[in-house]
Amino acid sequence: MSAELALSIDGRDIRVAPGTTLREACQLVGTEIPTLCFNPNFTAANACRLCVVELEGARTLVPACSRAVESGMRIQTASDRVRHSRRLVLELLGSSVDLSLAPDLGELLREYGGRPERFSEAGSATVEQPVKVDNELYVRDYSRCVLCYRCVQACGVEAQNTFAIWVSGRGFEARISTEYDAPLPDSACVYCGNCIEVCPTGALMFKSEFDLRAAGTWDEGRQSTTTTICSYCGVGCSLDLVVQDNQIVRVNSPEGNDITLGNLCIKGRFGHQFVSEPKRRERSS
Amino acid sequence: MFGAGGGTSSYREIETAELIVLWGSNARETHPIFFHHVLKGVRNGARLIVIDPRRTSSARWADLWLGLEVGSDIALANGIAHEIIHAGLAREDFVRRATAGFDDYRRCVEAYPAERAEQLTGIPAGVIREVALAYARATRAQICWTLGITEHHNAVDNVLALINLALLTGHVGREGSGLNPLRGQNNVQGGGDMGAIPNRLPGFQDVEDVELRAPFEAAWDCVIPPRRGLHLSQMFDAMERGELTSLYVVGENPAESEADQHRALRLLGGLQHLVVQDIFLTRTCQLADVVLPATASWCEGEGTVTNSERRVQRVRKAVEPPPGARDDLEIVAQLAGRLGRPWGYGSAEKVWAELRGLSPMHRGMTYPRLEALDGIQWPCPSEDHPGTPTLHTRLWAEPRGGPPAPFSVVEHEPPVDELTPDFPIRLTTGRRLDSFNTGVQSSRYASPLRRGESIDLHPEDATQLGVVEGERVRVVSRRGALDAPVRLDPGLRPGLAFMTLHFPDEVPTNVLTIDAYDPKSGTAEFKATAIRVEPLAEPATT
Repeated sequence: MSAELALSIDGRDIRVAPGTTLREACQLVGTEIPTLCFNPNFTAANACRLCVVELEGARTLVPACSRAVESGMRIQTASDRVRHSRRLVLELLGSSVDLSLAPDLGELLREYGGRPERFSEAGSATVEQPVKVDNELYVRDYSRCVLCYRCVQACGVEAQNTFAIWVSGRGFEARISTEYDAPLPDSACVYCGNCIEVCPTGALMFKSEFDLRAAGTWDEGRQSTTTTICSYCGVGCSLDLVVQDNQIVRVNSPEGNDITLGNLCIKGRFGHQFVSEPKRRERSS
Repeated sequence: MFGAGGGTSSYREIETAELIVLWGSNARETHPIFFHHVLKGVRNGARLIVIDPRRTSSARWADLWLGLEVGSDIALANGIAHEIIHAGLAREDFVRRATAGFDDYRRCVEAYPAERAEQLTGIPAGVIREVALAYARATRAQICWTLGITEHHNAVDNVLALINLALLTGHVGREGSGLNPLRGQNNVQGGGDMGAIPNRLPGFQDVEDVELRAPFEAAWDCVIPPRRGLHLSQMFDAMERGELTSLYVVGENPAESEADQHRALRLLGGLQHLVVQDIFLTRTCQLADVVLPATASWCEGEGTVTNSERRVQRVRKAVEPPPGARDDLEIVAQLAGRLGRPWGYGSAEKVWAELRGLSPMHRGMTYPRLEALDGIQWPCPSEDHPGTPTLHTRLWAEPRGGPPAPFSVVEHEPPVDELTPDFPIRLTTGRRLDSFNTGVQSSRYASPLRRGESIDLHPEDATQLGVVEGERVRVVSRRGALDAPVRLDPGLRPGLAFMTLHFPDEVPTNVLTIDAYDPKSGTAEFKATAIRVEPLAEPATT
């Protein structure tokens, strides 16, 4: 067992086990580092740069979600340089991406005093594009995509290992895409919905939610969430059923669940339609 | 196994194994989230061996795929054992201290040298040796199986053959090593644990043991019939003999799920009285005298299920059932009341409290603890017990706890439905990713993956028959015939065909299958039907 490492965070001294990340070390002293691309079940993607902190002696800011603690580090989590960098990331996203279904990011924008309009008023480009509706289970609205890579990770080695999507294009043209931008039914997608589960901005959305939003009847105030167990195979995946007006409108799995780690298959995620099948009502008459 | 009917390991243990054997399991499609744990194991460096007549989507992840002849699993297992013993890799200390019956077993597998096993299984002797050495030498090795092992006329012997391998190598009862049957339905494990099998009382307690019966008789104020009842296949035989004339079916669709469907329909139709309790008006309901509309227990009621790692888990009510549908518990309790037994269970939790009093392995599992711990793995004998992630560690304890684990002498027996020139193709059945059993649940959502039922053939067989993808053909077995479109699957071998049971309205696959069943488990041999495929002169109407 190696010795603990000493570091200071915002002037506070702390000792942590080797292998602890800066983000985890900050948590230990009660400082939450904002993250966007980070998912506790995945290897850090290092994509969003929202979690950067200042490391004394380092030329650049360092990502707290992946950088491991080294002995003697002196860390600033809220210096002007850190706040400025985070603000700029948020402003660039806010000016080019529709964040209206990403309340956490909206809150961060306010907290950091971000003004995305200083870019959008200048006529900066956006990623606006039509919603991709090509199947009955889920839709893809890349106008809302912040390129956090979580969906790519969930579809790839971190969870599903299906590899139906990847990032295509470079720079501002970078987009999440199926192979050759094929519609989902022509792609390798197996509709596990594990990408929807991790999407932080509503870019990936259950078709049921999309339709209710389009009809103006999506109402989180009328929704309840109940945890139960999937009715299909014998693995025993926990399902969080989101119910509105006695209809299951969305199915998640708790990300901390030991069996699923937040993942499901097509049956668990989407195979519940039979519950609200009208035939069950007809018969009772 | 060894007196407890459940998998020995937790899913998370799969991630730390050095060798993972999936035997008769296409977990990638049938247990997708379990397969996530397998993939984590593979990413951690585990070697994956998939044993399946079909080169399935699971097999595509394997380091080694063994495409054995359907129904030759015992020959393969015994062949592997033969190689392990002759290589001097049997775990002799474990065999001596923890097992019984090794000498008889060794004499049995002596008749399965790799060359003979190759003849019986179609797997090259060198590959059998390679698997034997890999399994015996691994520090931690898992064997996981599904219906490819159990849907055979000798299902129990198949399972025993796999257990033998673990006993021979000490790959059971230790963290990371184990034997794991992956359950096909969300409460197969719980149903058995609760005594919904002919020879057990709740808590997997033997109904023929007078001492185990006594507490139940006291609690229930009744005399429990001292002999085991009939399993499903025996019930159909009893209907055939005219001995079983009334049937109460709860949440099952035997009119479509039974092997040899023509026979099943005839026998169900000939009953004097049939009561069916289900969430839909299934084909079986249509034959019934009385239909009791039920709630969907996993989201319209409270209770528990038990998964393949022996974890008892809470199901909870999320939606209101349709008018007229009633909870299974309410229906059964009211029925009991009308029969003069007012049970007075007000809730699932009260039933559970009674169960805890009668089943030692569930005793420590209160509802609040199940809630707080996200489910508990049995056995959990007291309220300060954390549950049991790894089963049978007693076999390694010093001194050993409990009786020794017995080896079983099991011999190769080919499938009952023989291949002959009239029926030259072996049909096997299974599931696809997006569907489930007879489709009662899964046919009602808009899966983009769904392509309907087909008969899957190897391209060589199709060429020989002169049929092409999408063409409708007639499929004939000794019991029935049907028409289905052809789909080509190069993952099959010549002479091997595949169908599912998912779309009985389109293609009633079970008119083909054979109801030969295992005398102990009652499971029919869905995995091995002899068929022939005939091109249709003109498009057929079914």
